[in-house]
Amino acid sequence: MLLLATGLGLGALYFLVASGLSLIYGLMGVLNFAHGAFLAAGAYAAWWAASGGLPGAGGDGWGFVLATAFGVAVGAVVGAGVELLLIRPLYRRHIEQVLVTVGLGLVGVALLRGIWGADPLPFPRPQIAAGVTTIGGAAIPNDRFVLLVAAAVVLLGLLALLRFTRIGLIIRAGVENRSMVEALGIDVRRTFTLVFALGGAVAALGGVLGSVYLGSVSPGQGTSLLIFAFIVVVIGGLGSLTGSAVAAVVVGLVQQLANYYTASGVGDLSVVLLLALVLLVRPGGLSGRAAA
Amino acid sequence: MSDRASAPAAATRLVEQVRERATAGEAPRPVPGWRSAVAPVGVLVVLAALPYVSVPLPGVLPGLVNSPGSMQLLALCLVFGGVALSYDLLFGRTGLLSFGHALFVAAGSYTAALALARPGVGLAAAVGAAVVVGVLLPLLVGAVALRVTGIAFAMVTLAFAQAGSILVLRNPGGLTGGEEGLPLNRVGLPDLLVGVANAPYRYWLALAYLALSWAVVAWLVRSRVGHIWAAARENPERVAVLGLSVYRAQLLAVLVGGLLGTLGGVAHLLVVGGATPSLTTSELTLGLLVMVVLGGAGSRWGAVLGGVLYTYLDNRLLELAGSNAVAGLPAVLRVPLSEPTFVLGALFVAVVFFAPGGLVGLLRRRTTRAGS
Repeated sequence: MLLLATGLGLGALYFLVASGLSLIYGLMGVLNFAHGAFLAAGAYAAWWAASGGLPGAGGDGWGFVLATAFGVAVGAVVGAGVELLLIRPLYRRHIEQVLVTVGLGLVGVALLRGIWGADPLPFPRPQIAAGVTTIGGAAIPNDRFVLLVAAAVVLLGLLALLRFTRIGLIIRAGVENRSMVEALGIDVRRTFTLVFALGGAVAALGGVLGSVYLGSVSPGQGTSLLIFAFIVVVIGGLGSLTGSAVAAVVVGLVQQLANYYTASGVGDLSVVLLLALVLLVRPGGLSGRAAA
Repeated sequence: MSDRASAPAAATRLVEQVRERATAGEAPRPVPGWRSAVAPVGVLVVLAALPYVSVPLPGVLPGLVNSPGSMQLLALCLVFGGVALSYDLLFGRTGLLSFGHALFVAAGSYTAALALARPGVGLAAAVGAAVVVGVLLPLLVGAVALRVTGIAFAMVTLAFAQAGSILVLRNPGGLTGGEEGLPLNRVGLPDLLVGVANAPYRYWLALAYLALSWAVVAWLVRSRVGHIWAAARENPERVAVLGLSVYRAQLLAVLVGGLLGTLGGVAHLLVVGGATPSLTTSELTLGLLVMVVLGGAGSRWGAVLGGVLYTYLDNRLLELAGSNAVAGLPAVLRVPLSEPTFVLGALFVAVVFFAPGGLVGLLRRRTTRAGS
């Protein structure tokens, strides 16, 4: 049970990181290497707020909610800013956009390291995540549930946004065929900024919750999560949210179970193997659609 | 070919961009015959003579040009110049965006280190072992990864490299030394490559590796397969229609690039004196990408210049960061300057924005403008 819960919790974390990546790639064709930096920025912002930087925010209760909200807001602002300042001028030059995000990823992480040092800082652990719940005789730390609930809320929220709002309609149409949407006289670029802000916000949320889960925050943690998030996105099919969700759960479970039942490290390897297999059998990923 | 034919529009678009990007730094007209070799050979001679120069270059190099410290730094720069050249064979020449090059470099370093750790194994045998690995591993990775194109190719190569990185870090059976890496066992090495005073010999070794990479790349790019690479980079469907195998040509590119990368790993091992797990990480591959784009993709001068400059700055900025001059600056300036990655990353973004052909492209544009 504990294993399952941990695997699911890990999957939820992957999904939080992967959903933003997937949306951004689906709409804009940009593989965002700076996503790890967004995540770390959100986590550090929340840490800063919770440790007294922001009045009213704290390490527990509503104070922690406020700190998290602050982190998410910072993530959104960073995402939107990056899109406006750096990605938009390189409109339609995908490889340059990818290269810029690579550079940004390096710069962002280095900046955080320069300001707060390379060592992990202790991250506040709110009461609600610190306890354990007993299910089927197994004591399961609550932070797994927090992750799961957050991922479920994000998934449902994003799906609802995509399905029921006008913006969502434009995004969905843009993923399918961008030139057609433009031909209809809709400015897709405005949604680009929005998608980047959304991706940044969700990544920041993932960063905050991931830091709660790990108990610490470090500049490099986003980058190490990023690789697995890439794997999740590719397995799920680039640009597909539900595909990412399914793939995240599969990857999280496979990694946990294999790491537990065989030697540690085998889980990570089997995830990599899974990616290679999926790509070779179904180059479009599980959802079998869009880009390979 | 069904893979390629069904490759969806987004991926095709991306690959097109890679190609566009890659050709930006290319020479407009190749100089015919022996004359094109004059500049490289001239630079080679100058570089080979550096260990005889005892001039201090304060601020540029630590101590005299031929002091062990400077020689070590320059040797490292040359090694990465060669490795960047091998990466450019894939990225710039063939248009393959690989995120797994670190695997080959690390494979060379670790194979040679493991071989030398055995009693009675000499340098030649260690290099031989590395060559065997450097042929087989790229063949395996390339054979699998080339079945897909574009971003998927990048991801499969990333996955392979990640698997290698995890393997090395998990330290199976105490083989790879985990996070500590492997120290270089110098018993089997010739005396000339051992010791602080012999730094010039290691420098020459690095230079020889760079020259070898240069020669191989220069030769292959002009050969028949080189033309297929360039053609497939521009339009793979058309090459296939002409009855040529894109798959086989690209596999050869992965093989040669991987083998040169592996040899670079061996050179790195000998220069640095140990195999470190940092060689296996995706950061190394991203670093190579930065080097090549910084210098100018699809150009030998660009790749080498990028590799040398990146390594030099990465090392020197670290020292600058620790110096008193930086410590005295206000925090706004001090914090970014204390992180070499920040400076390099910012430089990289600037090059992507303002100099699409890299530094070499920038120089070329200037000379053509002055000439016309």
